Amino acid sequence: MTILVVAEHENGAVAPATLNTVAAAAKIGGDIHVLVAGQNVGGVAESAAKIAGVAKVLVADNAAYAHALPENVAPLLVELAKGYSHVLAPATTNGKNILPRVAALLDVDQISEIIAVESADTFKRPIYAGNAIATVQSSAAVKVITVRTTGFDAVAAEGGSAAVETVAAAHDAGKSAFVGEELAKSDRPELTAAKIVVSGGRGMGNGDNFKHLYALADKLGAAVGASRAAVDAGFVPNDMQVGQTGKIVAPQLYIAVGISGAIQHLAGMKDSKVIVAINKDEEAPIFQVADYGLVADLFEAVPELEKLV
Amino acid sequence: MKVLVAVKRVVDYNVKVRVKADNSGVDLANVKMSMNPFCEIAVEEAVRLKEKGVASEIVVVSIGPTAAQEQLRTALALGADRAILVEAADELNSLAVAKALKAVVDKEQPQLVILGKQAIDSDNNQTGQMLAALTGYAQGTFASKVELAGDKLNVTREIDGGLQTVALNLPAIVTTDLRLNEPRYASLPNIMKAKKKPLETVTPDALGVSLASTNTTIKVEAPAARSAGIKVKSVAELVEKLKNEAKVI
Repeated sequence: MTILVVAEHENGAVAPATLNTVAAAAKIGGDIHVLVAGQNVGGVAESAAKIAGVAKVLVADNAAYAHALPENVAPLLVELAKGYSHVLAPATTNGKNILPRVAALLDVDQISEIIAVESADTFKRPIYAGNAIATVQSSAAVKVITVRTTGFDAVAAEGGSAAVETVAAAHDAGKSAFVGEELAKSDRPELTAAKIVVSGGRGMGNGDNFKHLYALADKLGAAVGASRAAVDAGFVPNDMQVGQTGKIVAPQLYIAVGISGAIQHLAGMKDSKVIVAINKDEEAPIFQVADYGLVADLFEAVPELEKLV
Repeated sequence: MKVLVAVKRVVDYNVKVRVKADNSGVDLANVKMSMNPFCEIAVEEAVRLKEKGVASEIVVVSIGPTAAQEQLRTALALGADRAILVEAADELNSLAVAKALKAVVDKEQPQLVILGKQAIDSDNNQTGQMLAALTGYAQGTFASKVELAGDKLNVTREIDGGLQTVALNLPAIVTTDLRLNEPRYASLPNIMKAKKKPLETVTPDALGVSLASTNTTIKVEAPAARSAGIKVKSVAELVEKLKNEAKVI
């Protein structure tokens, strides 16, 4: 049994999500190979080779694979997949974009966002916004799976010494082209990997008021998230959204400020170790999952909290 | 251009579902069903394309039980021209749905297919990508903006770090994110008119599609319950608890 893990990388470095995906692969058991596809990814391949538990790194370095266009990367994966029992990718936007295309080309069903490995062919995954957990068995020759990164503890980024092998295959479907991107810049830790997350909702009132949360987050070394209401109201950019349709986080501490706690938001954060809710409405559903609740005006409570921590 | 929109009948997004006692699934008896929210956005986008003169005809399709006719009628009331129901069992896997949609695409030859990015019941986020694979078309997933630029479709996508824009050759597949648009409500006259719009029913057999799957759901369980904790009286007490009791700061 050999497992192929599709590496997530950005700015010439392996993204942390790759380490959680390798951890899921290790639970399945067998040799783990990592594919690094992209343009000028020699450095990424070198760091991928150091990941603990990885036996081999495959590098597909080609202009066609830049920006991970699924029309080009999927055929590459299909070509490689035939030698593997499992193909895994993190359930990032890239993984979700590419892997179902691979599964369909292999004529197999995919299993999305697994949170646990029961055996080599049986996995657990959340459905209905995390309100039910399904155990799913796959009879496919090649099992195509995306991994919810918060379900698995990351393996060590150092300590391995895998061989690096070049994959010559170049697939350029010529059906799509990258035009541009607009990335949100932040000095704070990455939302999905942060140990502490401070999130704001509609109760923040406007985008300017998020400065209270930024100040608190900076003091705690935390990332800042948001509910859909805050994103839709234009307070903050959408890549900060936590929930069923945004990012899934499971930090040590999640502080929900001015967030009512709709099902869709809870789907993205209810596996946090400790949840704190600050809300002036004591009937807000968020208090039903919060370990510590404070019924108070957030504009008084948040600055005070910032002073005391 | 002709636009095909796929819609799914799912449990209403406000319903808190309960897992059945025998762990065979969730209990959907007497539960409010609606059009999947992402599918509503897909219908709205198609209607806007028609209003801009880009789309000439909107065909809406659903693969599911007879009752999914309700959701197709809703789409017709929102502005779709005609509907197709591929009558099949509930709870199909994404690949089976993608195969049925591929058969409809082969027949209808749309220039653009719009789907929601995921259904809020199975949370798979697969069907659009799989349909793109089966048809060989380009895909613009998680779209927050769709624009026709000459013979290409420019799609702005929501990615983890922000936004990305790709140019796709037509025909193409687009899946919608929540921020693509704000769906309209159907007016009563439009709901009445929708009853007269054509709704064709076909079977997967007639389309020559097999709905077999490589995935089997063995059981469905309730997630570990998280119970309410305590309410603190002041910020000072909160900080004290976080430091000494939970030890997280």
